[in-house]
Amino acid sequence: MEQTSGNTHIHRDDEASKIGMWLFIFTEMLLFGGLFIVYSIYRYLHPVAFELAAGELDVAVGTANTVILLISSMTIAMSITAMQKGNKKLTIALLGATLFLALAFLVNKYFEWGSKISHGLYPGSDRLHEFGHGDTLFFGLYYFMTGLHALHIIIGLVVIAFVMYRVHREMVHSTKFALLENTGLYWHLVDLIWIFLFPLFYLVT
Amino acid sequence: MSENHTRSVDEPSYLKYKGRYRGIFAWIFSTDHKRIGLLYLWSILTFFIVGAILGLLMKMELISPGKNIMGPQTYNGFFTLHGIIMIFLIVIPGLPAVFGNFFLPIMIGAKDVAFPRLNLTSWWLYLLGAFVVLTSQFTGGGPPDTGWTFYAPYSFQTPTNMLPAVTGAFILGFSSILTGLNFIVTIHRMRAPGMGWFKMPLFPWSLYATGWIQVIATPIVGVTLLMIIAERVLNIGFFNPALGGDPILYQHLFWIYSHPAVYIMILPAMGAISEIIPTFARKTIFGYKAIIVSTIAIAFVGYFVWGHHMFTSGMSGVALYTFSILTFLVAIPSAIKVFNWVSTMHKASIILKTPFYWAVSFIFVFMIGGFSGLVLGALATNVHLHDTHFVVAHFHFIVFGGTGFAFLGAMHYWFPKIFGRKYDAGWANIGWITFFIGFITLYVPMFYLGIAGMPRRYYDYVEVFHGGNIISSFGSIILIAGIAIVIANLVKSAISGEKADQNPWGGRTLEWEVPSPPPLENFDEIPHVTRGPYDYS
Repeated sequence: MEQTSGNTHIHRDDEASKIGMWLFIFTEMLLFGGLFIVYSIYRYLHPVAFELAAGELDVAVGTANTVILLISSMTIAMSITAMQKGNKKLTIALLGATLFLALAFLVNKYFEWGSKISHGLYPGSDRLHEFGHGDTLFFGLYYFMTGLHALHIIIGLVVIAFVMYRVHREMVHSTKFALLENTGLYWHLVDLIWIFLFPLFYLVT
Repeated sequence: MSENHTRSVDEPSYLKYKGRYRGIFAWIFSTDHKRIGLLYLWSILTFFIVGAILGLLMKMELISPGKNIMGPQTYNGFFTLHGIIMIFLIVIPGLPAVFGNFFLPIMIGAKDVAFPRLNLTSWWLYLLGAFVVLTSQFTGGGPPDTGWTFYAPYSFQTPTNMLPAVTGAFILGFSSILTGLNFIVTIHRMRAPGMGWFKMPLFPWSLYATGWIQVIATPIVGVTLLMIIAERVLNIGFFNPALGGDPILYQHLFWIYSHPAVYIMILPAMGAISEIIPTFARKTIFGYKAIIVSTIAIAFVGYFVWGHHMFTSGMSGVALYTFSILTFLVAIPSAIKVFNWVSTMHKASIILKTPFYWAVSFIFVFMIGGFSGLVLGALATNVHLHDTHFVVAHFHFIVFGGTGFAFLGAMHYWFPKIFGRKYDAGWANIGWITFFIGFITLYVPMFYLGIAGMPRRYYDYVEVFHGGNIISSFGSIILIAGIAIVIANLVKSAISGEKADQNPWGGRTLEWEVPSPPPLENFDEIPHVTRGPYDYS
């Protein structure tokens, strides 16, 4: 444990910030965990409706988004390696690629949601209520869970942009990159949650 | 725990230290854990006065049958706000946020918590959450009337202003998670050299267990509250039977958090009691490791008992038996602690001071609360007592009695260290005995009323319940008088009390080896710990 003396509170412990980040990731998993419980209960109660409703979703768009997120996880992991090797330019480029991919994910999501909504499939819509309870719950969960996930993507966008700025200003550098690493951990979490959302909504039929 | 900390005489205490900001900004932007602890103390005190007055007004309404000072809708609003304030704003942050922030780093020999800025953020989030919750009273469709549990489907059907209340509770949960996370990392990374896990005092141990509950349980209620918001805004149908949703599912998700939350309230209280008793008994605590193991056991088993809030809601027989037996199991580690405290006092030369009075009265009310909990945990009696005043009495004995007595015990114990001043012991004792008598007079009749069948959450009752309610309402007046004496005495002493010594009680944990009040960085040199925390040999 390092501890500086003197009258300031400057105290750096990268291990501590990593433990803190992992604890935060636990809380995020549990946040979605609550929703996975709700999903499994309603799927158990309405198996047929859930199966048919899942058929309404576009597997191609879902797959594209999965690939996009997986690549973005790779680029942010590579940016950490680049940082460790002291290559600032490459780090920024790779973070930029991650940002671009995250945006691409959101654009896809926008069109996907847009087409569903234009077909009258959104929470509280009359069409959904006509379909019955199973469909209402399926699409309710679909919008709520992918929406919450998209919110995490947006937060990730802001954080990654912030880290890029810190790298640019050399406040994050090859011997002090805990912030970048923790951002990477967060981004992998966002990716991981999608890895569960994708099969639950698109593939399991 | 370590020898001689000589320090420069002119080093200012944390109360006087001048940083970048002046005036009130030197406090609300301070990342010093001690100042943040006091920020929480003042905020909690303010909210507590509001919550207590709401409680008093409800008791005045119940002093006789029929409408006295408020109608049913106002009464519903009052018990909802009383519950939200007392639970989310006071007892959940309670001891960890005030004494945990102030004493955790000092007791483990550190200069601050692991993330001081995050710590300040937690307080700001707390304040923001409180503000959002309170706006629900003055805007929209009027004060929420669901009770603090926000049970579905009423919580998204009532025309009252639920959104701010639920959003505020979500923000407060966030604040709670960040505090817990901060404490866990602090305990893992910042213990002084030589302080192994089993040389750590019991209050930090209880904060460690509490931190884990905060981190693991709170997200569930977080997402549940988000779902309630979505229900109200988007009409999704998660918990709406008309759309295929299940309101019972809401109760499960809510209590998966809110039962462990009871242990967020009580574990740090037990930790504080475990500090006070050995100091005044002048003895090593009996069964140090047993207390630690029972703390962890309570935290662990506490996760699996949430169903006992729902025995009458409709569950399978197997689920009922399982939740009931698990509930009984929690009583074992709780009892182990009580035996340990009592054994510590056995054959000790006890010094009778105000903190000790609070500590022993804590044990007394905690036992009544605990035993009545077993009555409710048993399936057959639960059916009779569910949603009666018996339940109200039970959880006030645990939540208010347990946490409240421990909080005030801790307050009187650590007061000289926090403010560097002594309080008037005579008035402190008068305050304690008034508080104690008022508390018992207020809540004991509720047990009787509940068994007789008086339901909770009604502004009115039939004549047969009148007698018990008169005694109970009378008790609430005594209790408020006790609270007023305690607060007035402490506030006055904090401003103008006599200067206190570094170690007025002869405590052996690390906080008594720094000056009163402590300097900004607590220790000049990080101490080297060589012995256990309660070494009176």
